[in-house]
Amino acid sequence: MKPRQQRMWFVAIIFSGIALATVLVLLSLGENMMYFYSPSQISKGEVPRDAVIRVGGLVVNDSVVHDDKNLGVRFKLTDTANTITVYYHGILPDLFREGQGIVAIGEIDAAGQMKANEVLAKHDENYMPPEVADALKTAAEGGSMPIPDSHTHK
Amino acid sequence: MNTSPSRQNVFLRFFRRLASPKYFYDFAGVWIPWLGTLALLLFLIALYGGLLITPPDYQQGDSVRIMYVHVPSAWMSLFIYVFMFFNAIISLIWRIKLSDIMANVSAPIGAAFTFLALFTGAMWGKPMWGAYWVWDARLTSEAILLFLYAGIIALNFAIEDRQTAAKATAILIIVGVVNIPIIHYSVEWWNTLHQGPTITKLDKPSITMDMLWPLLVMTLAFKFYFFTNLLMRARLELIRREKQSQWVNELLR
Repeated sequence: MKPRQQRMWFVAIIFSGIALATVLVLLSLGENMMYFYSPSQISKGEVPRDAVIRVGGLVVNDSVVHDDKNLGVRFKLTDTANTITVYYHGILPDLFREGQGIVAIGEIDAAGQMKANEVLAKHDENYMPPEVADALKTAAEGGSMPIPDSHTHK
Repeated sequence: MNTSPSRQNVFLRFFRRLASPKYFYDFAGVWIPWLGTLALLLFLIALYGGLLITPPDYQQGDSVRIMYVHVPSAWMSLFIYVFMFFNAIISLIWRIKLSDIMANVSAPIGAAFTFLALFTGAMWGKPMWGAYWVWDARLTSEAILLFLYAGIIALNFAIEDRQTAAKATAILIIVGVVNIPIIHYSVEWWNTLHQGPTITKLDKPSITMDMLWPLLVMTLAFKFYFFTNLLMRARLELIRREKQSQWVNELLR
């Protein structure tokens, strides 16, 4: 074998060795690589009790209740199959709104509700100007396509 | 060896000539001003488009403009690493000195783009997510990339002997390339706070054309900037290494 061919084999072997090792490590890490649990995993009891965990899901429409006197807020979080109630005291991120994906960090209390210490908003991969968003919304509600420049909302 | 080198070996001959130090030095000298001018022009167009022409996002408002720097930087951090990977293979197997130079002078540029991606991401993350930093798979793997770049730079400077340094850095670069698919697919394989791909998914991108174009122009600008900077650094490194040779002495006279 020529030296150059030897070096080619050398590169191929270290490369495939490292690739194999990485795949094995990632497979064994599995669930631990997940950033958050879903509400379904909580109702199935797959989540550690008395530990700080992260739960991700969509904020249920019309479920957000703000406290009148302070920054307290209470809302429902769903993955469409199961729902969990979350309560939190603090400033919510800009992207927090009903129907939006969020991640809450905190503990599950005795009543099965989540006491969040921190709420993070998860942004989706869609980017569009407000006019396009309005147009899509109108179309989805069964209305006729709006004229782009007329900002007449119902 | 091919017996008729005239036709099909046009590319091979070009690369073989390019691998000769003197020829590369002159070749790079001709291209640097053109690539640099193009990079600056595209950069200004993209910046003007991204900051002033494009509409604000329906949810993020004006914060979306960070994307015009963040996304191209992140793409460059991966692109430069893959570029280094191929040069490392060529340097290791065929012992082409110029590939060793290319692989090693790219590392600081790659590190700079990685830092820019992480920094702009943090600036966007605070108002949008509510946190500068989270340890999800995408952010963590990108941070590992920054340390990988730093490791390659450090290893290159730590070894005195050039041939040993070339071998060691090439192997480190080849080993580190496993991180690249992890960064790219992290948002699909695992739950992450970072959003999924917008442009590179196979069906049509989830971004409107009037917001997409400055992003693509900025990507081109960064590519041209990279090649300009690469050629400048490679030229400098070349005369540093070849300072004993006759052509450098004639050049510096």
